[in-house]
Amino acid sequence: MAAISVNKISKSYRNIRALQEISFEVKPGELFGIIGPDGAGKTTLFRILTTLMVPEEGTATVNGLDVVTDYKEIRKQVGYMPGRFSLYQDMTVEENLSFFATLFGTTVRENYDLVKDIYQPLEKFKTRRAGKLSGGMKQKLALSCALIHKPSVLFLDEPTTGVDPVSRKDFWEMLRRLKKQGITIVVSTPYMDEAVLCDRIGLIREGEFMRIATPQEIIGSYQEILWAVRSSKMSALLAELRTFEGIKSCFSFGDTLHITVSNEQLLPATLKSILENNGHTDVDVYPIQATIEDCYMLLAK
Amino acid sequence: MDNIVIETDLLTKRFGNFTAVDQISFQVTKGEIFGFLGANGAGKTTAMRMLCGLSIPTSGTGTVAGYDITKQSEMVKRNIGYMSQKFSLYEDLKVWENIRLYGGIYGLNEKEIAEKTDRLLQTLQFESERNTMVKSLPLGWKQKLAFSVAIFHEPKIVFLDEPTGGVDPVTRRQFWELIYEASDRGITVFVTTHYMDEAEYCHRVSIMVDGRIEALDSPKNLKQQYGVKNMQEVFYHLAQTAKRGD
Repeated sequence: MAAISVNKISKSYRNIRALQEISFEVKPGELFGIIGPDGAGKTTLFRILTTLMVPEEGTATVNGLDVVTDYKEIRKQVGYMPGRFSLYQDMTVEENLSFFATLFGTTVRENYDLVKDIYQPLEKFKTRRAGKLSGGMKQKLALSCALIHKPSVLFLDEPTTGVDPVSRKDFWEMLRRLKKQGITIVVSTPYMDEAVLCDRIGLIREGEFMRIATPQEIIGSYQEILWAVRSSKMSALLAELRTFEGIKSCFSFGDTLHITVSNEQLLPATLKSILENNGHTDVDVYPIQATIEDCYMLLAK
Repeated sequence: MDNIVIETDLLTKRFGNFTAVDQISFQVTKGEIFGFLGANGAGKTTAMRMLCGLSIPTSGTGTVAGYDITKQSEMVKRNIGYMSQKFSLYEDLKVWENIRLYGGIYGLNEKEIAEKTDRLLQTLQFESERNTMVKSLPLGWKQKLAFSVAIFHEPKIVFLDEPTGGVDPVTRRQFWELIYEASDRGITVFVTTHYMDEAEYCHRVSIMVDGRIEALDSPKNLKQQYGVKNMQEVFYHLAQTAKRGD
């Protein structure tokens, strides 16, 4: 049985379609990523799956339970970390954790093993109010509270938004460890580089999945001719390549530009010498493998 | 030098016995795109608040757009633009009303505002959205509009605090193209971001660790200095030396 099964879910807010006939499945123990920008429908999907909102059309089950009729049972079995910090700011670290344990009829001691890794760095601040914690610490506390009743499915809505690259890396290591304990994890993120850390991903845009597959499959099915280009004057290079015959698209990617080439006769060496003739120096042109971000941009066109 | 638009000397901010910003000294020049990086809690926001005239330094000095950040903070505020991801425009006002409001706040007259509004909407290809409520614009559009509004009064410097968080990949890049245009016009862009590919787009980058500036150079030189291939690795290298508990 699938841990999560979603069948043609739709939801609108007034005249805006937030979700349009979304369907997907998540297997038990899988780390499933929902990748897309703000406003794509990620939070709406989480709210429906955690029984906080009712879909207009379609059905969904979590652990085989219906999100509309079996909501009470689902709430016992899932953990949810919303995008906005939703713990009690005026309660201490320790009070928050035991409060959530009590709500679910359990104790911190009973399930301490599960949160130990994540909660340990917080132990020394346990008498501090949650509102006074730093960003990284709040995030660890929120995750501990979402886990303290030992859920079998964990929903994390943009846990790494606004978080610096080092803390993001740490967070994903925590998720890998949780996955090893058999918990099914659904996580959303606007950071495309995090996609490769998931078992499978759904690329979401304007309320619809453009593609659901493993990150490797998505990268593997990228069909365009993709090159990286660099020179000593990047903004001039961008302007020139945008108008270049035989080049379909040109976008900045860190210290290079990624271009897709429609002219199959064009060779990297040829483009390099054309650019050099046009006055560019330190020119580099070479084929590269697509990243998830390249794939997203192509699919979104 | 005329060309320097931001200059700090041993700029420090303490809260009780906690030193949020610890003797930072640096200069930013006209038209420069300056990336201001650091881990959460490294002191970026506090430093930026001082530079915008919103927080008085405990010690040290700073000038922004030629004005002293301690003694002339009101003049600083008039000569800068500011935009963040968290707050930019009024959701319940129409596109033109937001522009009108900000133009008025910065002391432009009706005629200037009307002319500049037309030009702005044209450049962004937003003419058809003139009467749209900001809340019904897609996020990426909002951010582009917010940036244009932040530089509507032609400030010498614009401060951007994580302007592209959560924005889709294409719009994020279009946003940076707007940044480049502003920089070409001579506006200095002071920007924070958690996207390390965006750090590569800056002319120079500083990285704060535990309240101090631990590195400051062009992305190219920083990568060379640390012997790594991208800014992400430069960042990991430095941020991992942090002792301050986040």
